Amino acid sequence: MSAAEHARTETPRPAFHIPRPAPRTARPRMLTALAAAALRRHVVRTALAVLGVAISAALLLDMVMLASGMRESFRDFLLVRGFQLRVSPKGTLPFDTEATIGGAAALVRVIRSHPDVDAVSPVLGAQLHVIEGDRATTSFALGVEGGEQGDYALEAGTPVGGRDHAVVNDAFLHATGLALGDTVDVAVGYDPQLRSYAGRRRLVIAGRGRFYYTAAGQPVAAVPLATLQDMGGPARADRVSLLMARVRDGADVEAARAWIEHALPNVSAISIETALRQVDERLSYFRQLSIILGAISLVVGFLLVTTLVTVSVNERIGEIAVMRAIGVSRTHVVQQIVLEGLAISAAGAVVGLALGLVTARYLNAILSDFPGLPAAFDFFLFQPSSAWRALGMLMLSGVLAGVYPAWRASSLPLAATLRQEAVA
Amino acid sequence: MKEPRAPIGGEQRGGYEGSDERDGERGAWSVEGASPLIEGRPPRSTLHAHSPVVSARAVTREYRMGAETVRAVRGVSLDVADGDYVAIVGPSGCGKSTMLNLLGVIDQPTSGTISIRGRDVSTMSDREATRFRLLNVGFVFQRFYLMPMLSARENVELPMAEAKVPPAERRARARELLSYVGLAERERHRPPQLSGGEQQRVAIARALANRPALLLADEPTGELDARTGADVIALFARLNRDGTTIVVVTHDEGMARAAQRTVHMRDGQIVADERRNV
Repeated sequence: MSAAEHARTETPRPAFHIPRPAPRTARPRMLTALAAAALRRHVVRTALAVLGVAISAALLLDMVMLASGMRESFRDFLLVRGFQLRVSPKGTLPFDTEATIGGAAALVRVIRSHPDVDAVSPVLGAQLHVIEGDRATTSFALGVEGGEQGDYALEAGTPVGGRDHAVVNDAFLHATGLALGDTVDVAVGYDPQLRSYAGRRRLVIAGRGRFYYTAAGQPVAAVPLATLQDMGGPARADRVSLLMARVRDGADVEAARAWIEHALPNVSAISIETALRQVDERLSYFRQLSIILGAISLVVGFLLVTTLVTVSVNERIGEIAVMRAIGVSRTHVVQQIVLEGLAISAAGAVVGLALGLVTARYLNAILSDFPGLPAAFDFFLFQPSSAWRALGMLMLSGVLAGVYPAWRASSLPLAATLRQEAVA
Repeated sequence: MKEPRAPIGGEQRGGYEGSDERDGERGAWSVEGASPLIEGRPPRSTLHAHSPVVSARAVTREYRMGAETVRAVRGVSLDVADGDYVAIVGPSGCGKSTMLNLLGVIDQPTSGTISIRGRDVSTMSDREATRFRLLNVGFVFQRFYLMPMLSARENVELPMAEAKVPPAERRARARELLSYVGLAERERHRPPQLSGGEQQRVAIARALANRPALLLADEPTGELDARTGADVIALFARLNRDGTTIVVVTHDEGMARAAQRTVHMRDGQIVADERRNV
């Protein structure tokens, strides 16, 4: 029926009552609907913008994860077994040189005598040669005590215990072709001139473990400390490369560290916090680079959203002017447009965070293969705080991205805009 | 006293009685002698037919175009009474649309005063003017300007949402308004799914959403073909019969003929003001 025909028929008049105050959600719902409608108008364009923001968000998350990840990973890595102190030969860092400390048994006793020290794990490092006929495979040996040790996690078999029992890693088994329960001839202290070893021993491979501090892919065997010291001859007798000490929960780690250095003048004691400070100093350029790249990705995302929303507003100038003309307030126009920017940023952030986690995992796998790095070390460490931080920055940039187009839309001279639209 | 019913096209004194945001002086009208045509609608005589809804006095609007000052409206005085249907006609650039914008509180005069329902609107702040337009003035534009991703009903609801009308109530009123303009079956359709005439009728329903005291239209048939234009003209005539005060700017002779009064403008001034029985 045409309007003219309709006009000739009488439509029952509606009766209206006085409206109650609207629920507070009435207008936000309409604003959300309008913002969503504006974004749906060009679905492909909006999707491309979301993808752009997602890539920028992924890079931002990766940079945030990288900036704090290495430090936190290093911390987790050092504290994996709860030993907060490392004691090494005076003036050296743990395993930084081949230097060893003599009088190990006495050192262990002294350190254990401190009331706040819960456990001490002496470690001796040495090259270990696996002898199979004329062939020798070189690996790394860690001499540890059977009870408390902080170097490996047992995955199968039994831990280092009896004098001839060893725990090895997968790389060791792979390199030697041995299996759990096999016996193996090993030697240390190879003298290339004499072509002889300082000591040899037959060991039983009693367990398989994951070693925390050795490089990924390096064959490693943990053997009883006393066995490794014996095999090394007089040069290794009662010596250790490192002592790890665990301080009771709630005790002052720094005070214990100072006490050890005072009581044992021939050692340097370093706490995890001190080590982290040193790592921080060494990684500061790297972190700055991550922050700069993260900031660039944030700015790129911001500009992308600003551009898209500005283009969208320019296309809708007439509609916006009419909205204002029919009584939609400046504030609601601003809110609607800011909401559009925020929605693009939020959608991009959600996709980007997922994408960032995938790329971080991939990049971490590549970087972890770098020679000499411990397998347990991560470059990109996911922490909820990193994700929240990245999300917060993205949301803020989304809001700010809407500010310029919102200002432009809300400050339209109504009469002039309507006049221009009428003649356009 | 029986609670009056507000006419669909905007009761000149009605609106949301009891709302502080409506003008305080716009009290409820009497329904004595109500028109038999529409139940609850007061006869025009009780609406003080000659009391002006709009009163413009010596209104001038100048604006700058580069170095030049253009006087789009020059000292115009105009009264529009309750229930009037006024067509403003004249050649392009004579100041019709500027005058309409001034009457609709979209623009402000450089000098002179405009009052609507006795309230001076010529010096309102942007915030006041926006609120005033929302609750007192309905606009219909040549290009409809509906929100293309919203349905017809949601488009009609938009001004009511802005006026904080509860969702259930605004939905009901939007349906009633769409029914009034003959689009009851099309409420879920989006503007691109509607013809030009249908879109303009949705725009008219939107303009009526908050029961404005005054309906302003700028070339409402400008984008329509002759047949759909005639439908819109008939709809405006019906709205006016139902009590809506209308001011329309038009080049469409049919639209102008449908009005009770034709104001001729030239060079920013009113050169003739004709009233006739339609």
